[in-house]
Amino acid sequence: MRRFVTVAWLIMRKDLTVEARSRELLFTTLFFAMSIVLVFAFGFVRDGRPVENAAAGILWIAIAFAGTLALGRTFERERYHDVLHALLLAPVDRPAIYVGKLLGILALLATVEAIVVPLIALMFQAPLFRHPLLIVALLALGTTGFAAVGTLFAAMLVRARSRDVLLPVLLYPITIPVIIAGVRGTAALLQPEADPAMARMWIGMLGFFDVVFITLSLWTFEPVMTE
Amino acid sequence: MTQSAPMSQRLFLPLVAVAAIMFAAAPVFIAWAPYESTMGLVQKIFYFHVPSWIAMFLSAFVCGVASVVFLFKGRAQADRVAVGAAELVVVFGFIGLMTGPLWARKAWGVWWQWDARLTMALVMWMIFIAYLLLREYGGPGSEKLAAGVALFGMANVPFVYWSVNVWRTIHPTTTVVPTLAPGMRGAFWWCAVAFLLLYTAMLMARVRLETQRGELDRLYRELDD
Repeated sequence: MRRFVTVAWLIMRKDLTVEARSRELLFTTLFFAMSIVLVFAFGFVRDGRPVENAAAGILWIAIAFAGTLALGRTFERERYHDVLHALLLAPVDRPAIYVGKLLGILALLATVEAIVVPLIALMFQAPLFRHPLLIVALLALGTTGFAAVGTLFAAMLVRARSRDVLLPVLLYPITIPVIIAGVRGTAALLQPEADPAMARMWIGMLGFFDVVFITLSLWTFEPVMTE
Repeated sequence: MTQSAPMSQRLFLPLVAVAAIMFAAAPVFIAWAPYESTMGLVQKIFYFHVPSWIAMFLSAFVCGVASVVFLFKGRAQADRVAVGAAELVVVFGFIGLMTGPLWARKAWGVWWQWDARLTMALVMWMIFIAYLLLREYGGPGSEKLAAGVALFGMANVPFVYWSVNVWRTIHPTTTVVPTLAPGMRGAFWWCAVAFLLLYTAMLMARVRLETQRGELDRLYRELDD
């Protein structure tokens, strides 16, 4: 168990060190998320005011799109010099590799969200900080669910052809519950009369989703990654 | 070649014959069934619409179970069943998605509603299209990856069902839920059995095709060595 944690920690640290040196993923993902917000603003702002519930939808679309981009890029890195191959050859638990990659992605997405969420609150006059704990819980659990499925899919697509387009094609239909829960939960908190009970119910579902899909990913990582 | 292959081959023709006879007779039973009081003639599409969804969800389940067996036991036969079942999910789902809007246009006045059940069916259908896209364009080794996707798709069913239901209950819409009158039951079950027989026959034909394709590949490889 201690070995498992050590391996996961080392892989996450490797990813974060590479990222800290180049900052490629952070800057590109962040700017991509901001571009999405800008594009959607033209669709969902009428007479200078955002339409109802637009902020919640735009926020989660930005997370989903930027998350896909980051997932694809982080595993593209592993393809250079066959790093993923070398990782899989290492005499360590394969699920530990999955956990390490997942933690790295989550750290990156958390950083992006820390900037994009206040930005959306500012630009769309959304009261995102009325219930800060619930919003943070929604974001944390939703991002974890999205990244849990995404990390497994991106890892297994490393060997596949046309992986760039296949990742979103596979990822979005499977993560529909996360998107619904994220958007509806956030919208419940942003509406004029906030509904924390509704948000808590979606948070509960997201927690359940995370547990089921992280367990499934740990279980399937080994057979899926074995050639 | 597996042992069950000759048995399934002997069953195949009778199965197709029974399904064909049942489909030929189906319009008669559907015509005999009483008219639904509010919807009239359009309600008759229900006799083909619901059985195609039943076949689709059964096929999704078959694909999920076969994928788990393939992923953890590595049996090639399971993978053949999985790909056949996934294709049939898309085929029967397509029938459902075509007949549904035809009915909805008359009953609801719109082609599509973001109703819980419609959304759920659409999401399931799209997961299996993604599965087939991965197999088609993923290159060598993609059958194993696709098995993972099918497993995730199956695990996703309760989550999609639940979240879509809650999402739609927040903004309820009046829907016309057809309740089955006694006179309609016979025709409905007749059609449901006909669809399931057709489904079984198609799946058997598809698995046989995959098996022979595998056998051909093996022979080519033997020749090369």
